[in-house]
Amino acid sequence: MKRQILLKAGLPVLGAALLIAVYAMAAQNDAVVTQSMAEAGVSGPWWLWPLVLLFFCFILGIIAVLAGVGGGVLYVPLVSGFFPFHLDFVRGAGLMVALAGALAAGPGLLRRNLASLRLALPVALIASSCAIVGAMIGLALPTNVVQICLGATILFIAILILKSKNVAVPEVKKPDALGIALGMNGVYHDASTGQDYAWKTHRTLPGLLMFIIIGVMAGMFGLGAGWANVPVLNLMMGVPLKVAVGTSKFLLSITDTSAAWVYLNQGCVIPLMAIPSIVGLMFGSFVGVRLLAKAKPKFIRYMVIGVLLFSGAKALLKGLGIG
Amino acid sequence: MTTDTSQTPPEQLLYSTMLFYGCWGSLTLMAITYALYVLGVLTPHVPLETVTQLWSQPVKVYLEQGGVPQGWGWLRLVGQGDFLNFTGIVLLAGMTILCYVPLIGAYLKKKEPIFAAVAVLEILVLLFAASGIVGSGGH
Repeated sequence: MKRQILLKAGLPVLGAALLIAVYAMAAQNDAVVTQSMAEAGVSGPWWLWPLVLLFFCFILGIIAVLAGVGGGVLYVPLVSGFFPFHLDFVRGAGLMVALAGALAAGPGLLRRNLASLRLALPVALIASSCAIVGAMIGLALPTNVVQICLGATILFIAILILKSKNVAVPEVKKPDALGIALGMNGVYHDASTGQDYAWKTHRTLPGLLMFIIIGVMAGMFGLGAGWANVPVLNLMMGVPLKVAVGTSKFLLSITDTSAAWVYLNQGCVIPLMAIPSIVGLMFGSFVGVRLLAKAKPKFIRYMVIGVLLFSGAKALLKGLGIG
Repeated sequence: MTTDTSQTPPEQLLYSTMLFYGCWGSLTLMAITYALYVLGVLTPHVPLETVTQLWSQPVKVYLEQGGVPQGWGWLRLVGQGDFLNFTGIVLLAGMTILCYVPLIGAYLKKKEPIFAAVAVLEILVLLFAASGIVGSGGH
């Protein structure tokens, strides 16, 4: 109850503070900065981008929740494709956006046992270590190469979402030795069916190895990796879909932390653009959760696939010097 | 979904509580410091007009022309409007490390040394990433 009051009161205050701040900034420095931007060849008033970013991320937050994807996977290709920011800063902000969303969702998921700490801990250790390597690779490669790889990855994600058929409660006939040794099992109560579901994992080792690739990609492109976590946990390791989704979201808070630190230390996080992105997306996520009951998931799903195909193609063409 | 927390392990509940307050605390801090920055209450290290020119350039150019330090160098400039924003950002990025610390004791108490070791290793990995040792500069 206390938390709900805090959330309800805190969010509008955060948003209002940001809006007032951006407006005041616009009023104060408009003339000087607009002139300097014009000299630099950048069109439009200077305050436009933080403000546009705030509203853009608000909408993105709504869509991300309705489509069941993380904010980062939409943020990075769209913002790098249509905003004037360099890919280095977009990836830095993208990781902060994905991290903030995952951290905000984490407490509720953990309290309701929808995210399993026991399942997340070993997976997170692998993914977060590899995310550091991915971030180093991403920062060392030329921008156009990263842009091409990003475009190809986004197109792959769109196809993955289109084709994947997750299983609500996969049948695990025999848990494997590693799953037993790590105690990767649990019980969750599904209020929609009123039943308790006991779950355990199989194919634990290949599942864990997949998180090496997932971690590298998350760090390299500044994406959250929910699109990859869920199929591996659900289809490969046999974790029930709701626990897989919850644990995946929580996992991002750990995986993205390690990559975010690398980008942060390299100077790739610019507060002027990162903070409106984070606050806008979190606002949108809260509104999205409220709209979830009324939304038509099939339409949203196809819309997101369309957006990903479009932004993936745009990133690919930009990397190839065509777009 | 259930809201019955009776089956949730105590260490998971503690993690959840720490994360809740840390996350919202850091977001509030971000909003306040951002307001101080853009309202011009505190002068930024990199002038606003310079930031808007440099954010379309690679990070290397931004660091060189903006005189922006890498790693924890921002701490020396924390009194400046732009770098004050990093207090909230760093708190947000550091929450996972803080939340992992009580897990070590909790798992040792439950006689689960493997999970305690995993928690220690994760803290070390995140501290390594946070240290600024990783990476030799953007392109």
